[in-house]
Amino acid sequence: MAKRRKLGRGVAVVGAGMSRFGMFRDRDSKDLFAEAFRDMTASVDKGLDPADIDALYLGNFSNDYFMRQSHWGPLISDLVGITPKPATRTEGACASSALAFREGVFAIASGFYDIVLVGGVEEMSKRTTEEVAEGLALATVPYEGKAGFTFPGVFGAVATAYFEKYGAGREHLMNVTIKSHENAPLNPKAQYPYTIRDMMEAKKASLEKRGIPVPEWEDEKAFLRDSKVNPVVAWPMHLYDCCPISDGASCMLLVAEEIAKNFTDEPVYLAGMGQGSGRGFHASEALTYFEATRYAAKEAYGMAGMGPEDVQFAEVHDCFSIAEIIHIEDLGFFREGEGYKAVEEGRTRLAGPKPINTSGGLKCKGHPVGATGISQLYEVWTQLRGKAGARQIPNKNLRVGAAHNLGGTGGTCTFTILERR
Amino acid sequence: MEERAFNDISYEKFLREEKLMGSRCKGCGRLYVPPRPLCIECHGAEMEWVRMKGEGRLAAFTCITVPPPFMMAQGYNRKNPYCTGVVELAEGGRVDARIVGVDPTNPETIRVGMPLKVKFLHWEEDGKKETFLAFEPA
Ligand SMILES: [Zn+2]
Repeated sequence: MAKRRKLGRGVAVVGAGMSRFGMFRDRDSKDLFAEAFRDMTASVDKGLDPADIDALYLGNFSNDYFMRQSHWGPLISDLVGITPKPATRTEGACASSALAFREGVFAIASGFYDIVLVGGVEEMSKRTTEEVAEGLALATVPYEGKAGFTFPGVFGAVATAYFEKYGAGREHLMNVTIKSHENAPLNPKAQYPYTIRDMMEAKKASLEKRGIPVPEWEDEKAFLRDSKVNPVVAWPMHLYDCCPISDGASCMLLVAEEIAKNFTDEPVYLAGMGQGSGRGFHASEALTYFEATRYAAKEAYGMAGMGPEDVQFAEVHDCFSIAEIIHIEDLGFFREGEGYKAVEEGRTRLAGPKPINTSGGLKCKGHPVGATGISQLYEVWTQLRGKAGARQIPNKNLRVGAAHNLGGTGGTCTFTILERR
Repeated sequence: MEERAFNDISYEKFLREEKLMGSRCKGCGRLYVPPRPLCIECHGAEMEWVRMKGEGRLAAFTCITVPPPFMMAQGYNRKNPYCTGVVELAEGGRVDARIVGVDPTNPETIRVGMPLKVKFLHWEEDGKKETFLAFEPA
């Protein structure tokens, strides 16, 4: 049993920002981070003088591979004009910036720094799909790579094990996709701000225009069942089960709790956080859950003195549709083997009792891997402050939200609970 | 048998010799495939090699149509997918392995739980020899 964790002193989030996510031919990591940084500074209610920032922690998975450029810490501290303040890069595959967030928390909680910028960035779209698949596969364990597993492949295999054990099927995965796409058009930063119905109607119109016979899709599921529009990538993962290739950046301003009110009258506080590490897929306890997520959740709930029932909404790492189902079980929101039923019953929709991925999730918002962790926390922060616009959770008494970030094939998982007091 | 380090290089070398080998902790008897140099159960460091029978059952699988570059070089693509999976060995433990002798274009015909036996796929490219661990229906 994990020891109950606590901070040396409290940490508050007083600003958060992110760039639009997408595939940008004419934009690079620096200008995407600049967009996130401007968005963050604008969000600090009482203003921020960047000269007051003590340090930067930056998550980046593999711009080394994607852009043939490494050592992003100082590039970004120079970009935002805070050199010679220290800049440190963190790497935990797709959880890289959740680790940057944690380092920022530790630095403040220890008393060493008072004001810390944490962020993440990734620029992936200038490589071919196969190259991106290879770049991401660098974060699998060696035996998986050699057996020909890609990331969609690993999660495809997880899905077959889950289906076998709990009797779920492809139709249940479609419910996740349809739900995420319901939220996406409400998020102006999302890469794919469309519902599945929007995409279906657009496809019909384009076929009609080209004089091609239009298939009779009776509903969204019929559309998703059509392998012409939704081809298999790694059975049973189809195109619409997979997050896209993305560029983007995100950042947050963390400060010591006692100075939070200098920045805003509405700080959001860190209530609990946890991180776990996991073994390769072949050596894990089971193929239907992630031990590292369960450990991270236990740590975070213990530190916060909360349970899953206290977390009113969450962003979870839906790199693939099946992943969302597994995470909402691992985090304790729903019982093991029942996550797919909860999605089917609409419990995770924006207006449901436990909204999941109100941002549209990685699936629709995009997944620039190094930027994802803090972009999830950005969504939680935005919802808690009631600034989520059209996608604001209708619950008038939102106080506690959380973000779950997963790196590799479950090798690094984090869970972070934020609260409004 | 010559001394071989309990590592991935030895594991691969054994595969080229058509042997699926694991390491067993001399302290507590736990078996590891692929081999580990340190026991994660009792934290002992004394290991011995054990050869697997090469029998198991399919625990999870996928059929991949968008392959990484090294699999594309072996002729796999959207029209010619391949199956890969996780195999639970008769001795206990699991390995990642290619699954052959099944129809990757008809994944519904592949069943989790099906009994499998080992097969070694030898591959040579530009003078470099490699062996891929595979299983086929028993
Ligand atoms: Zn042992």
